Amino acid sequence: MAAIILITIGVLFNIFGCIGLIRLPDVYNRLQAATKCVTLGCCSILLGAFIHFGFTDAGIKGLIAIPLLFFSATVAAHALVRGTYHFGVKMTDRSVKDDYKSDVK
Amino acid sequence: MNIWLEILLYTQIALSGVCLYRIIRGPTIPDRMVAVDIFGILVVGVCAIIAIQTGKKYIIDIGIAWVILSFIGTLTLAKYLSGKKLNE
Repeated sequence: MAAIILITIGVLFNIFGCIGLIRLPDVYNRLQAATKCVTLGCCSILLGAFIHFGFTDAGIKGLIAIPLLFFSATVAAHALVRGTYHFGVKMTDRSVKDDYKSDVK
Repeated sequence: MNIWLEILLYTQIALSGVCLYRIIRGPTIPDRMVAVDIFGILVVGVCAIIAIQTGKKYIIDIGIAWVILSFIGTLTLAKYLSGKKLNE
């Protein structure tokens, strides 16, 4: 039963992340909304898989997939947003602050 | 319980379809790359739910391999975006 609750929470986080991926106006906003929510949601789903399978081979594989997913997704998102800035995509006109501009030069 | 898990599985697959919408419709190239990254993370959740529902334990291995391949692919795409060579 705890596994079902954890998977439900994870799918709910994924829904919020995908709403952010559709609705937000800018590529930076989309990335920061989608990556955090979807990473946390999939970690929750894998934790539910670990609780469902217990300490068997599949459960341990699900448990070691959690830090792998956590670190690889955040590092990939950071590299992607840095590449996006160097590619020259403009922010939306409602954004108020750009601290990275002074670091680039 | 089993029906509810199936509903969650179809919801997760529909969210992958949402990412496909952003890949097709995205105004710039980085939008499409962000959507590819999110798609690769969502597939891991689909693999975990399928492994729980059908009881086939080897599907979790497919999820782990998908994490690593998606990470390498996204890093390559980011390197291509920032305009540098791959050995810099």
